[in-house]
Amino acid sequence: MQPFETWLYPTPEGLYCEPGRFFIDPSRPVDRAIITHGHSDHARAGHDQVMATRETLAVMRLRMGAAGAGKSPHTIELGQPLTIGDVRVTLHPAGHILGSAQVLIEYKGARAVVTGDYKRRRDPTASPFELVRCDLLVTEATFALPVFRHEPDTREIGRLLASLAAFPERAHLLGAYSLGKAQRLIVLLREAGWDRTIYLHGAMVGMCDLYRSLGIELGALEPVADTKRESLAGEIVLAPPSALADRWSRRIPDPVTAFASGWMRVKARARQRGVELPLVISDHVDWPELISTIEDTGAEEIWVTHGREEALVRAATLMGRRARALALLGRENEAEDEAE
Amino acid sequence: MIPFAELLDRLAYTPARNAKLKLLAGYFAATPDPDRGWALAALTDGLPFSFPVRRTLMELVEPRIDAELYRLSRDYVGDTAETVALLWPEPPSAADRPPPPRLGDIVAELGLIDRNSLGIRLASWLDALDSNGRWALLKLLTGAPRVGVSARLAKTALAEWASSRGSGATIDDIEEVWHGLSAPFLPLFDWLSGKSPRPDIAGAPVFRPMMLSHPLEAQDLAALDVGQFAVEWKWDGIRVQIANGRGATRLYSRTGEDIGQAFPDIVEGWNAQGVFDGELLVVRGGEVAPFADLQKRLNRKTVTARMLVDFPAHIRLYDALMIGHDDLRQLSFDERRTRLDAWHAAAPPPRTDISPLLPLNEKEALQATWSATRGNAIEGLMLKRRTSPYLAGRPRGHWFKWKRAALTADCVLMYAQRGSGKRSSYHSDFTFGAWMKREGNDELVPVGKAYFGFTDAELVELDRWVRNNTLERFGPVRRVAPGLVLEVAFDAIQRSPRHKSGIAMRFPRVHRVRWDKPPAEADRLETLERLIEG
Repeated sequence: MQPFETWLYPTPEGLYCEPGRFFIDPSRPVDRAIITHGHSDHARAGHDQVMATRETLAVMRLRMGAAGAGKSPHTIELGQPLTIGDVRVTLHPAGHILGSAQVLIEYKGARAVVTGDYKRRRDPTASPFELVRCDLLVTEATFALPVFRHEPDTREIGRLLASLAAFPERAHLLGAYSLGKAQRLIVLLREAGWDRTIYLHGAMVGMCDLYRSLGIELGALEPVADTKRESLAGEIVLAPPSALADRWSRRIPDPVTAFASGWMRVKARARQRGVELPLVISDHVDWPELISTIEDTGAEEIWVTHGREEALVRAATLMGRRARALALLGRENEAEDEAE
Repeated sequence: MIPFAELLDRLAYTPARNAKLKLLAGYFAATPDPDRGWALAALTDGLPFSFPVRRTLMELVEPRIDAELYRLSRDYVGDTAETVALLWPEPPSAADRPPPPRLGDIVAELGLIDRNSLGIRLASWLDALDSNGRWALLKLLTGAPRVGVSARLAKTALAEWASSRGSGATIDDIEEVWHGLSAPFLPLFDWLSGKSPRPDIAGAPVFRPMMLSHPLEAQDLAALDVGQFAVEWKWDGIRVQIANGRGATRLYSRTGEDIGQAFPDIVEGWNAQGVFDGELLVVRGGEVAPFADLQKRLNRKTVTARMLVDFPAHIRLYDALMIGHDDLRQLSFDERRTRLDAWHAAAPPPRTDISPLLPLNEKEALQATWSATRGNAIEGLMLKRRTSPYLAGRPRGHWFKWKRAALTADCVLMYAQRGSGKRSSYHSDFTFGAWMKREGNDELVPVGKAYFGFTDAELVELDRWVRNNTLERFGPVRRVAPGLVLEVAFDAIQRSPRHKSGIAMRFPRVHRVRWDKPPAEADRLETLERLIEG
């Protein structure tokens, strides 16, 4: 088998597949890009041809305007192989957020999977992760340390509801990334029986509307700006992480500040953010899931991108895999809590 | 263990006092004996053991995880106990986990355990707990869990829980029996839940809640009838209570913490039964040493012979709550003073004297004496109503402290940090500096930090100014352009080799925001250095 590095390699723009002449999640404008999902560190503006799932293209248009999905957007159906140049490309669900996909590239009998961001747990707002057997696995490593193990989401939602019961006079201000995490939390709350109106920071309204138009039921939502302060007691207000300690938060009287993120597992990180109720809910794989994914895919070669590469390379090496860290520009400097 | 772990976890993240009280009271209500008593001990005086578990932990971790992966994890988390708690192997499913141990069982076993078998036992507990339970257990073993709860707050929560059970016991009642009891405090919980009478502590050297003073405000001074008050110097030490009974002597801080271990020179020589109130000082050759000298003796578990010689402790007595078996607290101040003087004259304990009463009966003389306090290196005056009994807490109108007038300096705002809790969206902690000459240029050097003294309205303005004048951000801290002068009030300036400026301010606060003053006209470091006492 030809070494993978001869046809799939990092460039200043991002990971490049030479025989297919496309980049995956490039950080700078390129001719042809396959985009795994709509988060800003993966989906940038300015490409000519953008290939992605229908949902990802819709997210890109919402976030970056009508031209956000490139000059010529191309929808790829999940599970439908497509020939691009000399390679065959198939997108498979990644379970990270609505529309997120892994990229399977087949070339001269070798199979490479680029995961993008992914998780293996159930998420009512995303198609479940599909295991794709491959020879090379290019995996994310956001939570690649043995200390990261995400709690069951029902347990964390239970803690939020218990706090609402214990402090019924205080609004619960819940920080969560606007794309994906917020909508997942809303649906998890609905599943747990929370049928009251959920209040939204203005920056979240558009994305929730998009999710609804793509068929995700979210229940009653209201922009918090239209709501009287006094009526927020005992209610849930969703806001992007950056708003928690911002002047915006002053409109919520004496809130319990909660934050849903995989980082919340480490106490110092939660305290740094001034969070009163840290919820360990993540849209990424945790450490045991990273290890089992390496095993389950059967990949002999592991490339590790954005995150704690060092630890995962070490673990994969101990497992007898050939492993290396792949430094991709534009990822490593993302603020950690925004990257989720 | 699991409910206690959850309590610690919530407390660690909860800034507001009332919310903490609610969490604690809820725990006392829901948790059976003896677990809640051990939890109370862990949050107040600490558990009666601590283990150096670092080495044991390393031995436990080694066969369970690759050393390099452990190192990377420890570097990221920054705390050994938390790292081990987080990466400890989990059973394949929750159903495979052994039933979690109870706090009471763990404590009971630890009291008996042989240190060599600690590792094996600890591993079995860690296997049975979830990550938060593991964290709480390891914190418990290594000493007090630091979750922002003072002993006083825990006792206040206990009183709130008791009152929800219909008990009339107050925090002061709890304080009074506290030192006569020990963990797991079964008689205390029985009494507070109405199952048994108040525990008998007669004659025991327990802490009695202190009588505290109010600052003398302008309107108090205007209404003051000087003849009604006894006047003393305000001493610059720490307030203590010394109690002796049933053959034992205890030295308590203002909050009821037993600090006797650090002061054997006081405690071992004490020979008089009773409970006395006074100021703990370092006194050399009859002269009171600066507070910094006393500080060297505070917060120590043990004290060296050298320190006993270099920093000799002394108590300047000013009140008696009990002499022998007589409880004097219902008597007037004047009567208590007479009894104190007579008792001391007859058989003075070593290293004590009596804080003299100042013969001041006229307001003019009082004011003149107060005005001279700074020049005389005295902290201020204490005014005590002659007819007042000894009342627990901080009752209004009985005792006043009249601190010497503050010093002020105009300093330039350098850094602002976000507050916590209700202030988390405001930059409310201000670091300010004074000018100094360095290599021919004027440069600001930080001289202090203050986070109160301004009004809520001023805080909104200050926060806006900080946001509009930020030069750099480091997490919650912002460096701002040198453009705003704060008039800072403080009690004193001390030498401090730990600070770049070489000085430290005592009790600094923002006195006024000088929106009008150009920063170049703020004070210079030399000016502040001239204010150093002694």
